[in-house]
Amino acid sequence: MTAGGFDSATRISVGQALTAEDIAAAGLHADEDVARYATRLGDDALILSQRLSWWISRAPELEEDIALGNIALDLLGHARSLLTYAGTAGGKTEDDLAYFRDEDDFTCVHLVQLDPGDFGHTIARQLVYSLYAYELYTALSHSDDPTLAAIAQKAVKEVEYHVDHAWQWAMRLGDGTEESHRRMQAGLDQVWPFVDELFEDDDLTDRLKGVAVQPSSLRPAFDDAIRRVLAESTLELPSVPQARTGGRRGEHRESLGFVLAEMQSLARMHPGASW
Amino acid sequence: MTDTTPAAPSPQQGDAPQELWPLWEVFVRASRGLSHVHAGSLHAPDATMAVRNARDLYTRRNEGVSVWVVPADAITTSDPDAKGAFFESPKGKTYRHATYYTKSEGVKHL
Repeated sequence: MTAGGFDSATRISVGQALTAEDIAAAGLHADEDVARYATRLGDDALILSQRLSWWISRAPELEEDIALGNIALDLLGHARSLLTYAGTAGGKTEDDLAYFRDEDDFTCVHLVQLDPGDFGHTIARQLVYSLYAYELYTALSHSDDPTLAAIAQKAVKEVEYHVDHAWQWAMRLGDGTEESHRRMQAGLDQVWPFVDELFEDDDLTDRLKGVAVQPSSLRPAFDDAIRRVLAESTLELPSVPQARTGGRRGEHRESLGFVLAEMQSLARMHPGASW
Repeated sequence: MTDTTPAAPSPQQGDAPQELWPLWEVFVRASRGLSHVHAGSLHAPDATMAVRNARDLYTRRNEGVSVWVVPADAITTSDPDAKGAFFESPKGKTYRHATYYTKSEGVKHL
């Protein structure tokens, strides 16, 4: 318990946790490769956060609106920490990286870029991403890089809840009405072509052995978990061809341009604006 | 407006009627040793989701260590119109408080 504690349901007390500000103030200096790796993970979290926040005011119920908003904010927190750390390599801030990089400098996977579909599509994407991120941050908690390890240790607790949220909804939609089952399965079929990219190793992850997580090493645990949730939800593992990858090399889908335009326009029109 | 106006984009396309989720009352325990206190209410499709929604709505600023949810229609309440009969009666009955009585001589530690 924090000093002073809390004695009512409305008293606000901020728990001790690593923040982007802590990382910025620590005087760290990430090396180039570590920064590139942190940028990848940060870009995934940032773009997915932006995609999820589309639901705010559009979710089926107010309560779900807030749940998705909370998850989007958690992801934004991961992105802020990771991009702040990545920025220490070249004297840049999290905002420099989020708002003033162009499309081909982003290195997020295609899964997080996909246009928002219906609620089934969103739950399918959240399920896939959260199960992947849970394994990723669990492994990254043991990274030789202490900052990445600390970011991962904080993130994994939040992502555990994101897994639970998506899992609960997959079960209810998959094993719900005929219409909800149809939409949940359709959402899964739509996001599935973008699963393999999450688990692709490349030169960078090879070079960063011990610091970065080899994405391919996460696949067996992901497959186990996804099989369990699909079985519980009466859903089927999609058998669809995999899409072309390339997000990590800056080769993106058309949709990323629209996400960035919306996300970056204010900061670019009014550089340094604050509120 | 004519009916050619495009409909607002909605994730709820389709003509299935949208049923309202049932109402749940939420009780949050702020820390060990304290009792659960009513924090508010929310809608959720079932009890499991109600606990999760309660976590998102009522504990996002670190307010709790435990959450209870109760179906609102499972709670029987006192009748607000019977306030007089229910709650006025103790007034003036000061002898129901220990402080009403004078301590007998020689009694210690009361």
